[in-house]
Amino acid sequence: MGWIGETMDSIKSLQIRQVLTQAVSLGMIVTSALIIWKGLMCITGSESPVVVVLSGSMEPGFKRGDILFLHMSKDPIRAGEIVVFNVDGREIPIVHRVIKVHERQDSGEVDVLTKGDNNFGDDRLLYAHGQLWLQRHHIMGRAVGFLPYVGWVTIIMTEKPIIKYILIGALGLLVITSKE
Amino acid sequence: MHSFGYRANALLTFAVTILALMCAMASLSDNLNTPSPTAQVQVLNINWFQKSTHGNDEVSMTMNISANLQSLFTWNTKQVFVFLAAEYETPKNSLNQVSLWDGIIPSKEHAKFWIHTTNKYRFTDQGSNLRGKEYNLTLHWHVMPKTGKMFADKIVMTGFHLPAEYR
Repeated sequence: MGWIGETMDSIKSLQIRQVLTQAVSLGMIVTSALIIWKGLMCITGSESPVVVVLSGSMEPGFKRGDILFLHMSKDPIRAGEIVVFNVDGREIPIVHRVIKVHERQDSGEVDVLTKGDNNFGDDRLLYAHGQLWLQRHHIMGRAVGFLPYVGWVTIIMTEKPIIKYILIGALGLLVITSKE
Repeated sequence: MHSFGYRANALLTFAVTILALMCAMASLSDNLNTPSPTAQVQVLNINWFQKSTHGNDEVSMTMNISANLQSLFTWNTKQVFVFLAAEYETPKNSLNQVSLWDGIIPSKEHAKFWIHTTNKYRFTDQGSNLRGKEYNLTLHWHVMPKTGKMFADKIVMTGFHLPAEYR
């Protein structure tokens, strides 16, 4: 009780100048997060520079909850690379390894076939009906770096939204009530 | 000023920073390793070679693959993914890469191996260009770290030929 009472007092005792400072610092936190994300997008050239692994199809290399850093350069796609791709009609992108590449002589376009390391067969069953190959435009990026476990934060937050709201609320309260 | 919240915050920030720094250093330390892997592949037999109903050439072959990839392993290595790809050029395609066999090496003890196998994935061309085709067999490997940057490299073995006629 004492802690809450103290907090209420501290909110009451705030002056306009302080309120403004708090608002600015809250804004700074939000915008700097945005700047980092957009900056990463520029550097990596990928529309989502960081992805969380959601399935076990690449085990034991990547487990559920691991984080991958993507890079999308002009370099051609080659067999063995781990790419993140979108299939028409599927919302969630898939992280799998390229096992076949056919690159055109004239246009430089590629036909790519992928497979999950832990899956028995290739990905033709996952592709859109009748689709045999992935093209360049399906591919969002290739995985270049790896960080274990960190993605669990996102998985927990998407599966239990209540935790997300509690966390955001608590952080917001902390920023508002903190005295510099 | 020295409330519980501030202390918890400072501790958490410090812990995360140190952890991130350690991860970065572990990843950077991989650069100190200069691996010297070796590999050898023999094509023992062409089991069959035909044109499929879609008009694409397809081959089945038996191979001997031996390699020593032990030098790729460092303390930050989780596993090495290794695969053998047939690579060739056709009038239509400037590069064809077809994975024939792959495997996951979980530890250094398993990194020196010898395997006698038929191709695990179908060796199919886009079209009908494989008769008498000269191709390379390339052993690729992708090193997956415990944390940080992934590495990849390859050994190219040249001078393989497919038979001039279907069989």
